[in-house]
Amino acid sequence: MNGLSFINPLFQWAVFLVASLLSLFCALMMITRRNPIHAALWLIVAFFNLAVIYLTLHAQFIAVAQVIVYAGAIMMLIVFVIMLIHLESDIVYAGRLSGAKIIGAFITVILFLEIGAAIYSSGGAPVKAAAAPAGAAQDSVVRVGTALYGKYLFPFEIASILLLIGIVGAVVLSRRRND
Amino acid sequence: MLQPVPSVLYFVLSGALFTIGAIGVLIRRNGIIVFMCIELMLNGVNLAFIAAGDMLNSIDGVIFVFFIMTVAAAEAAIGLAIFVLLFRLKGTINVDEINLLKG
Repeated sequence: MNGLSFINPLFQWAVFLVASLLSLFCALMMITRRNPIHAALWLIVAFFNLAVIYLTLHAQFIAVAQVIVYAGAIMMLIVFVIMLIHLESDIVYAGRLSGAKIIGAFITVILFLEIGAAIYSSGGAPVKAAAAPAGAAQDSVVRVGTALYGKYLFPFEIASILLLIGIVGAVVLSRRRND
Repeated sequence: MLQPVPSVLYFVLSGALFTIGAIGVLIRRNGIIVFMCIELMLNGVNLAFIAAGDMLNSIDGVIFVFFIMTVAAAEAAIGLAIFVLLFRLKGTINVDEINLLKG
């Protein structure tokens, strides 16, 4: 299945089992903690586990970007905003378990079963994998860069404009108006 | 000889993370925690892209994830600015009490 089989299967199994179970556990802890800071810290651990899983999938660039962008930049923003916003009243609200929440969680479990059915129905068909180029295992980042600055150059430039709009929008929105 | 981890397990993990995020969006009322659950759902989708790209020996999955991360970063900046603004205006970020657009 993996054309780039430079990872020992036993090692891959061990890393996958530990990282996937930990990421699921951290995600469950994240949605059940009452204190938003605790939830944010559990989410950071889940992001680190996902970065480890990306490494076993030969996506080194994305693993590093996951740590820098998600676990670093985005979660730092979220933690800052949690600290800016006073949240004691919400901690009181979080404990109630209403009927709407139970129904919502039940519907979401049906969603998971649908995803599982889609995976099951597509998993049986054998997928023809393209032959890996020579030396691809060592040059994953080189392949990413070649695709990004070659085939995907225009979307890459559009993404930079999107980030610029994000910066300007955040500054304009959070500016305190002098009126 | 032990076989490598099948891609199906990665897809199942991706679906499970997406589902946990969706449950969080439905049962939590704190706006910032809802936001974090959406980030978790995005990560589940990212994992599916990476696993499919590895299964097909294609680099396109990594490129897609790169752009999803870009959008997530812009979304985080704008969304958190909106939360700060809402808190200044209403004094709460409980999503049940935010009804500014209600007619």
